Amino acid sequence: MLGKLTWAAIPLDQPIPLFAAAVVGAVIIGVLGWITLKGWLPYLWQEWITSVDHKRIGIMYILLAMVMLLRGFSDAIMMRSQQALAFRSEGYLPPEHYDQVFSAHGTLMIFFVAMPFVIGLMNLVMPLQLGIRDVAFPTLNSVSFWLTATGALLVNVSLVVGEFARTGWLPFPPLSEITYSPGVGVDYYLWSLQISGVGTLLTGVNFVTTVLKLHAPGMTYTRMPIFCWTTLATNLLIVAAFPILTATLAMLLLDRYLGFHFFTNEAGGNMMMFMNLIWAWGHPEVYILILPAFGVFSEVISTFSGKPLFGYRSMVAATMTICLLAFMVWLHHFFTMGAGADVNAVFGIATMIIAVPTGVKVFNWLFTMYGGRIVYSTPILWSIGFMVTFVIGGMTGVLMAVPPADFVLHNSLFLVAHFHNVIIGGVLFGLFAGYTYWFPKAFGFRLHEGLGKASFWCWIIGFYVAFMPLYVLGLMGMTRRMQHYDVAAWRPWLLIAAGGAVIILAGIILQIAQLAVSIRRREELRDETGDPWNGRSLEWATPSPPPAFNFAVLPHVEGRDAYWAMKQRARQLGELSEEPGYTDIEMPRNSPTGFICAFFATFMGFALIWHIWWLVALAALGAYATFVVFAWRDRVEYIIPADVVARVDRANRTMRGDALVHMQAAQ
Amino acid sequence: MSTFEAAAGRGNLDRVEHDQESRHYRRTPEQAAAALLSKRIIAGYGFWIFLISDIIMFSAFFATYAVLVGATAGGPSGRELFNLHNVAIETAFLLLSSFTCGLASIGARMQRGSWFYGAMAATFILGAAFLSIEVHEFVGMVAQGAGPTRSAFLSAFFTLVGCHGLHVTAGLLWLLTMMAQVFAKGYRADVLRRILCFSLFWHTLDIIWVALFTVVYLMGAAQ
Repeated sequence: MLGKLTWAAIPLDQPIPLFAAAVVGAVIIGVLGWITLKGWLPYLWQEWITSVDHKRIGIMYILLAMVMLLRGFSDAIMMRSQQALAFRSEGYLPPEHYDQVFSAHGTLMIFFVAMPFVIGLMNLVMPLQLGIRDVAFPTLNSVSFWLTATGALLVNVSLVVGEFARTGWLPFPPLSEITYSPGVGVDYYLWSLQISGVGTLLTGVNFVTTVLKLHAPGMTYTRMPIFCWTTLATNLLIVAAFPILTATLAMLLLDRYLGFHFFTNEAGGNMMMFMNLIWAWGHPEVYILILPAFGVFSEVISTFSGKPLFGYRSMVAATMTICLLAFMVWLHHFFTMGAGADVNAVFGIATMIIAVPTGVKVFNWLFTMYGGRIVYSTPILWSIGFMVTFVIGGMTGVLMAVPPADFVLHNSLFLVAHFHNVIIGGVLFGLFAGYTYWFPKAFGFRLHEGLGKASFWCWIIGFYVAFMPLYVLGLMGMTRRMQHYDVAAWRPWLLIAAGGAVIILAGIILQIAQLAVSIRRREELRDETGDPWNGRSLEWATPSPPPAFNFAVLPHVEGRDAYWAMKQRARQLGELSEEPGYTDIEMPRNSPTGFICAFFATFMGFALIWHIWWLVALAALGAYATFVVFAWRDRVEYIIPADVVARVDRANRTMRGDALVHMQAAQ
Repeated sequence: MSTFEAAAGRGNLDRVEHDQESRHYRRTPEQAAAALLSKRIIAGYGFWIFLISDIIMFSAFFATYAVLVGATAGGPSGRELFNLHNVAIETAFLLLSSFTCGLASIGARMQRGSWFYGAMAATFILGAAFLSIEVHEFVGMVAQGAGPTRSAFLSAFFTLVGCHGLHVTAGLLWLLTMMAQVFAKGYRADVLRRILCFSLFWHTLDIIWVALFTVVYLMGAAQ
């Protein structure tokens, strides 16, 4: 009846996961109870859960990412403290638990923090920057989000029902095969990634279509903000890379569930094929994460330098070059496979070449700042911190692209330091810059500057204290994923690294405080004009937060930095452009399809993990029925009447007119 | 042919949709030009992108098959297992079903029930016949001890061909759903968009089968 699921799956003998699960459970029940008591459930259902508005979906993605960041970071603290303690002792985490912790840390941080954060920002900003009202397929967008949430939920269920993978964030065979990992841990990993991977792929399809096919009039490709270009590049990579992940994980599932021999030791299986396939997805994945961050930095640096971006065309060319080269370097993740000197040399050189467009970008940002009147706000602090940190991480990467050096450094803490150097210093700093930069657009008030800056300093100092020792440890020969060790010389460095993690923790606490303080003081932080930073692209032409339809009238774009040009024209003429004629606007109706589909996907994933076959069939039927019901809808759109549109837009114009008068009086 | 015309937005029905669309954009000549990108074009374009991703997934299975084709682990090879006669019949069924699928799209565009239902039913029968031959082949191989667990080669074979078979199965389910939807809702713009996507899907399965037939069966039997 319940497949492999018995009471033995609940780890009653392990206090740490049980305690963690109890805390998570208490928080969830508390929040749900509070919402129910306050009577907010209908609001939540109508305005958020069933919403197909790209802005709302984007905010939900980012919220998911932030909650998962806390979970992933608690894993990080556990690893750092374990290694600080486990000198000639067992520490406090037994090996089987420690292995789950580092596996969950990597899986969560890549798939359920970085990915949803990146996709959330693209969701929130890209349609606004293109001057359109929504993405190409709004309901599909909601399905994507909820499937991602399903994946995150399944990973967290593994905390208390069963176990998580002990195989690292990528389940390398033969360790991940049923012979060596007979538990459900790897299955949790595989099914949560398969389900959330479908969501990510659908996002890719949706966003590629949006960027290539939907624009405001005059928004040609070479007038798009760089963030839209990096969105395009990232989603092209998603469309080209995620199917490989799906296929690879499907093969491992077939090995585990039906006794196939893709990656096994016997009957002709080839485990190195897994390495090739997974990294043919895995290396593009790195660029899927970093390219949107590059887009954020381009917007932030140009805005806060008060200048158009230096070298727009070279920036576009560099982005698309990276997009292409991303598929040509995968083998550098396993030079030690023994493919031979020639193959290794080709991939080593390709890896060094991919550093060139990245270098082009760094110089473009520096030249954008050069001669500008830089406003040192929180977003630009993240950007400058990124440039310094990312360049160091990039250089250690190029160092490891030299195959002989890689033979020494492979799987050492040097590698761990390198990829945290680029992912924290690149992706995460970019996401935090974007979070601070676009927060007022999403919610109508700014984040507290002082706490934001304090958090930035904790993060960047904490990062260096936590990860520079790991470079040293790598050169001293310490390999990754060690549960305990006996080398006395390593100990001081590991203690310093643990201290760094504590400083980062302070940064996270300050970020939470920043959010709480900003919400409390939202009236004094209110963004009245919709353009708090004197922005350049079209998202700043909308009120904060933007209405459901984004633009009362689709804007006319006549060049790059479209909104900047509009402001310049208004300044010259001393007045806003003429009031447009307002008409009714049709918008897509909300739909619970995404949520219900994910509901069934959750049960299906859980049932597949525990071999509860009747539930698999039932859930599959439910998901199919959901789509049929969706397809049978008769009314797919609702109309926002012209007078409502006019009211919203006139209020926006009044604010902007006042700002114009104010500015001219000041001159 | 009909697919290409439809994808290029030249069908009669597009004009009906434009009227719907132009309410979105009814303002200036430029904005009217933007409305030319009807929902039909956007849906078709998006579905093409999805199909590309599907083809990439197949390419991963093809690559795996190419790597493992020699890894028979002492078991039978393709030359001993494949019956080209059956595969030729299978191929004929599938290619013919693509033709009838094209007829069904024309029928839908002309809003002729007899054409549409007749051609869709023919497509279903041909697709189901294709599948039953494939299942028969699989069952026969398993019965003679050449199932997917026998060797890495057979794992790759069953996965590649089976993945195509699963796509055909999903396609058949989609086909029946579309027939039911036309029956219930008529030739509505959104229903026609789904028929367009379905036919793109069905033709893509044909293209993949051509590659599969060549790489797996022809090259396998020639070894």
